[in-house]
Amino acid sequence: MVQSIDHVALLPAYLAAGTAVLVLLADLFTGRAVLPVAALGAAATAAGAWLVGTGADRATFCVRDGCSYLADGTGGLVAVLFALLTLGVLVLSAPLLRSGAVPVGEYCFLLACAMTGGVVLGYAGDLIILIVALETLTLPLYVLVGLRRRTVESAEGAVTFFVVSVVATTVTLLGAALLYALTGTVQLSALAARLGERTELRDVPLAAAAVVLILAGLAFKVAAVPFHAWAPAAYDGAPVPVAAYLSTASKLGGVVAILYVAVTGLRPWLDVAGPVLAALAVLTMTVGNLVALRQRRMVRLLAWSSVAQAGYILAPLGAFATADGRTGEALAVAAAATVAYTVFYVILELAAFGSVVALRPFAGDGGEIDEYRGAARRAPWVGGAFVLALVGLAGLPPGLAGLFAKVVVVRSLLDGGAGWLAIVVAVNAVVGLAYYVRVAALLFGVASAPRSRVPWAVAGALAVTTLVALVVGFAPQLVLDAADLVATR
Amino acid sequence: MSAGQVALVATLAVPAVGASVVAALPSRADRAARLVGTVAAAVTLVVSAALYRPGDGGWFSFGPNPPAIRPWHDLDVSWASGLDLRFHLGVDGISYPLVVLTALLTLLCCGYTLWHVPDPGRGRLLTALLLAIEVGILGTFLALDLVLFFVFFEVVLLPMYAVIAVWGGPDRRHAARKFVLYTLLGSVLLLVGVFTVVSAAGTGDIVALTAANPLSRGTQLAAFTLLALGLAVKAPLWPLHTWLPDAHTEAPTVGSVILAGVLLKMGTYGLIRVAVGVAPEGARWAAPVVGSLAVAAIIVGSLVCLAQRELKRLIAYSSVGHMGFVMLGIATLTATGLQAALIGNVAHGIITGLLFFLAGAVKDRAHTGLLDDLGGLRERAPGLAGVLGFAAIASLGLPGLAGFWGEAFAVVGSLRRGGPLWSTLAAIAALGGALTAAYFLRLLRRVSHGPASPVVAAMPAGLARPELASWGPLVLLALAVGLVPALVLGMAHDPVQALTEVVNR
Repeated sequence: MVQSIDHVALLPAYLAAGTAVLVLLADLFTGRAVLPVAALGAAATAAGAWLVGTGADRATFCVRDGCSYLADGTGGLVAVLFALLTLGVLVLSAPLLRSGAVPVGEYCFLLACAMTGGVVLGYAGDLIILIVALETLTLPLYVLVGLRRRTVESAEGAVTFFVVSVVATTVTLLGAALLYALTGTVQLSALAARLGERTELRDVPLAAAAVVLILAGLAFKVAAVPFHAWAPAAYDGAPVPVAAYLSTASKLGGVVAILYVAVTGLRPWLDVAGPVLAALAVLTMTVGNLVALRQRRMVRLLAWSSVAQAGYILAPLGAFATADGRTGEALAVAAAATVAYTVFYVILELAAFGSVVALRPFAGDGGEIDEYRGAARRAPWVGGAFVLALVGLAGLPPGLAGLFAKVVVVRSLLDGGAGWLAIVVAVNAVVGLAYYVRVAALLFGVASAPRSRVPWAVAGALAVTTLVALVVGFAPQLVLDAADLVATR
Repeated sequence: MSAGQVALVATLAVPAVGASVVAALPSRADRAARLVGTVAAAVTLVVSAALYRPGDGGWFSFGPNPPAIRPWHDLDVSWASGLDLRFHLGVDGISYPLVVLTALLTLLCCGYTLWHVPDPGRGRLLTALLLAIEVGILGTFLALDLVLFFVFFEVVLLPMYAVIAVWGGPDRRHAARKFVLYTLLGSVLLLVGVFTVVSAAGTGDIVALTAANPLSRGTQLAAFTLLALGLAVKAPLWPLHTWLPDAHTEAPTVGSVILAGVLLKMGTYGLIRVAVGVAPEGARWAAPVVGSLAVAAIIVGSLVCLAQRELKRLIAYSSVGHMGFVMLGIATLTATGLQAALIGNVAHGIITGLLFFLAGAVKDRAHTGLLDDLGGLRERAPGLAGVLGFAAIASLGLPGLAGFWGEAFAVVGSLRRGGPLWSTLAAIAALGGALTAAYFLRLLRRVSHGPASPVVAAMPAGLARPELASWGPLVLLALAVGLVPALVLGMAHDPVQALTEVVNR
C-alpha cells in the first residue's frame, strides 16, 4: 500500500527540522549569525504552524485505524506555543552565548532539535509518534543542561536528568506496549474506541498497570511528585535560559502528552486514570510548595515552585476521579482548564526566568536568593517584571493572569464535583504565597549596589513576555478560547 | 453610557490612574507626586459622593416580585465569559455609605501622608499603594458579580502587605506576612465558595442570585459555610482574628486607619451582600453559630482590652469587639440587626479611623505606646487629650455619638429575634458593651489623667494644622451620624427590608 503524504500538514515540522539543519550548516560554514538564523527559524515555524492551524484540518500517515499525524487547530496551537517559547529562550540566551560560556552552534542546534520534537508532539495522533516526539524534545536537553563549561553542578544535573528521564521513557514505553498488547492499536482515537467497545479488557491482568505506567512515565516529564527529584538539580545546574526552557517548553510537552493520552486515548478508562491523576496532583502541589518554602537558591526555588505548579496543572484532570467529572461537558471543561492554566503558567514562568537572566551575570547560575536583595532598586523595570511574574505565579493581583489561572482551575474542579480538590488547591495557594512574597519583598530590600545594565535582547524578550502576561491578565478570554479549542480535539 | 455609569467607572478609574501616575513619577518629585495622589483621592471622593440617588420611585413598579437589590446605577458588561466573570457594578443604600467612607478615609490618609511620611520615606509609593488599596475596596463594595467581587477582594491584599512591611513598626515583617497569609486563606475559601455558587447556579450575578435563589439546600449550606469562613477571616470574627492585632499594631498610622476603617468592612459587607443574599437558607442555618461566635468575640475582645498595655494594640483588639457587634447584628437576620450592622460598620470606620490617627499622633510624639509610660496627656497636650477622649467615648457607645446605634440595635435585634439562645446572646452582648465602656475609661485614665509622665512631659504640646484637617471631618461625622442616624439608615431601609424578605421567604 502506498500512502499519500500531505506535505502541507507536515510544513511546521519541516520548518522546525529545517531550522536545526540550517543552524548546523551556518555554524559549520560561517560560524556567525547562528543565533539570528535559529531565531528566524523559530519565528518561521511559529508562522507556518499558525498558517496550517488556521486552515482546514489536515491529517496524514493514515491507516485503517486512523491517522498518526493530525494537523488540526489543537496541534497548531501547541506547535505555535513551542516555537514561540523556543524563540523566547533563544533571545534570552543572547548574552550567555556572547559570553562564550557555552558553544553557540551546538546550543542553538540542540534547542532547534528540541523545538522540532515539541512541534511534532502537538500533531501526534498515535502513541509512537507521541513518545518519539517527546524524546526528541527531551534528548537535546540532557546535553543543554550539561553544557555549562567546567562546572560540576552542570554535569551533575545533566546526569541526574538523563538517568531519570531514560527510566521514565522506558516506563512509558512499557505502558504503551501493554496497551498495544491489550487493544492491538497505537492510534489514540482507535485506542479509545476499542477500550470503550470491549469492556472485558478491564479484567485482563495488567490492564490497570498499563494505565498507571504510561501516566507515571509522562508524569516524569512534568516533574510531578513522586517523579520530580530530577528537576531541582537539573534546573540549578543548567544555564538559566535552559532552565527556563525546561520549566516551560519541556513541561508543556509533558502536559500535552498526558492530555492526549488520558483524555483522548484512555477516555473510556478515565475511572482508572482519574484517581492516579488526582493523587499525582495533590502530592505534587503539596510537596512542591512545602519544599519550596525552604529553598535558598533562586533557581531551585523556581524549580520547586514549578513542581508545585505542575500540581495545579494536573488538578483539573483529577476531577476525572469522580463520576460527575467524566461526563462529556465536565471532561471538556477539565481539559480546557488544564490547557488554560498551562498557557498562563508558561507565560509567567518565562517572565520569571527572563527576570533572573536579566538580573544575573550572563554566564552565571541563578545564585542565592539573598543575592537578589535590593535588585528592584538597581533595575526597577526588571524588578517590577519579576515581582509581577512571582505574584502572578502566586495567583494574586496585580498578576491577574495568575489569578485567573487559579480561578480557572478551581472553577473546573467545582464544575466536575471535586470540591475537596478545589480546597486542596486553595490551601496550597496560601502556602505558595509564603515563598513568592518572601522573594518579592527581598527584591525591594535595601542594598547598596550600582544600577546594572540589562542587554537589550533580554530586556526586549522580558518586556514582550510581561506585556503578554498583562494582556492575558486583562483579557483572559483570549487564553480560554484557545484552550477550549485544544480541549475539543 | 449614562452619567451614573460613567460615575461608577470613574470611582474606580480615578484612583487606579492616580496610583499609576503617582508611582511612575520620579523620586525627586516626591512631594508633587503625593499632591497628585491627594488630588486623585479628592476627585474620587467627589465622584463617589455624586453616586447618590436614593428613593428612585421606579423600584416598586417592577411587578409583584421586585428584585431584592435595586441598584441606583448599574453597569454590566462581559469581561471573561469563560469564567462567568462580568464587570457588573452598582451602588445602593447598603454600599453607598461604605463607598463614601472609603473615599473619605483614603483622602484623609493621603492628605496626612502629604504632611507626614513614616520611615523610611518614599511617600509617593505609600500614596500610590493607598490609592491601589482604595481601588480594591471600592471595587468590592461596588461589585454586583460574585467573581468580580472576589477579584477586587484580592486586589487589596498585596498593597496592604507592602504598606505594613515597608512603613510598619519594628516587627513589621512578621505582622505583614501573617496578615497576607491569613487573609489569603480567607479569600481562597471565598473563591471556592464563589464557584460553588457559580457552578450550581450558572451565573455569578448577585442581583439575579438574590432575587431568584436557585440553589438547593445542600449547595446553600456548603456555599454559606465557605463564603462566611472566607469573609469572617477578613471581618475578623473570633477565633479567626489573630492576624488583626499584629497587623494593626505594626502598620503605619495611615495603614491602621485604612485597615480598621474600611478594610475590615469588606468582610461584613460581603457577609450581608454576598453570603446572606446568595445563600439565605445557609445563613438561617448557620446564624446561631455566627451569633455565638460574634458574642464570644465581643467578650474576648473586651477582656483582652482590659488587660492590654499598649495603646495601638488596645484599639486593635477593640475592633474585634466592635466587629463582634456588627456580626451579631448580621447573624440575627432581622431588619433591625442588619441596620445595626450597617450603621455599626460606618460608625466603627469613622471612630476607629480617628482613634488610630490619634494613637499614631501620641506614638509619634511620645515614641512609645505603652500605657505604663503614658499618663497626664491632659496636662501636657489638652487638645490631643480632648479629641482622644471624644473618640474613646464615641467608641464605647455613648448615646448621641455614632458608636451607640450599632451596639444598641445589635442587642435589640437579637432580643427581637426571641428565643432562649438569642435572648442570652443579647444579654451577654450587653454585658460586653459595659466591658467596652470599662476598658475605654481605663484607657483614658491611664493616658489622659494623672500627673504627666516623663515621656509625655517631653512631648510637643500643640497640634499641627494637617492633623486637625484629617481628624476634623471624622469628629464631625461621628457627631452627625450619632445625632442623625437616618443619614445612614434612611437610605439603607429599603434594601435591608428587601433583603430580610429574601432571607425569611
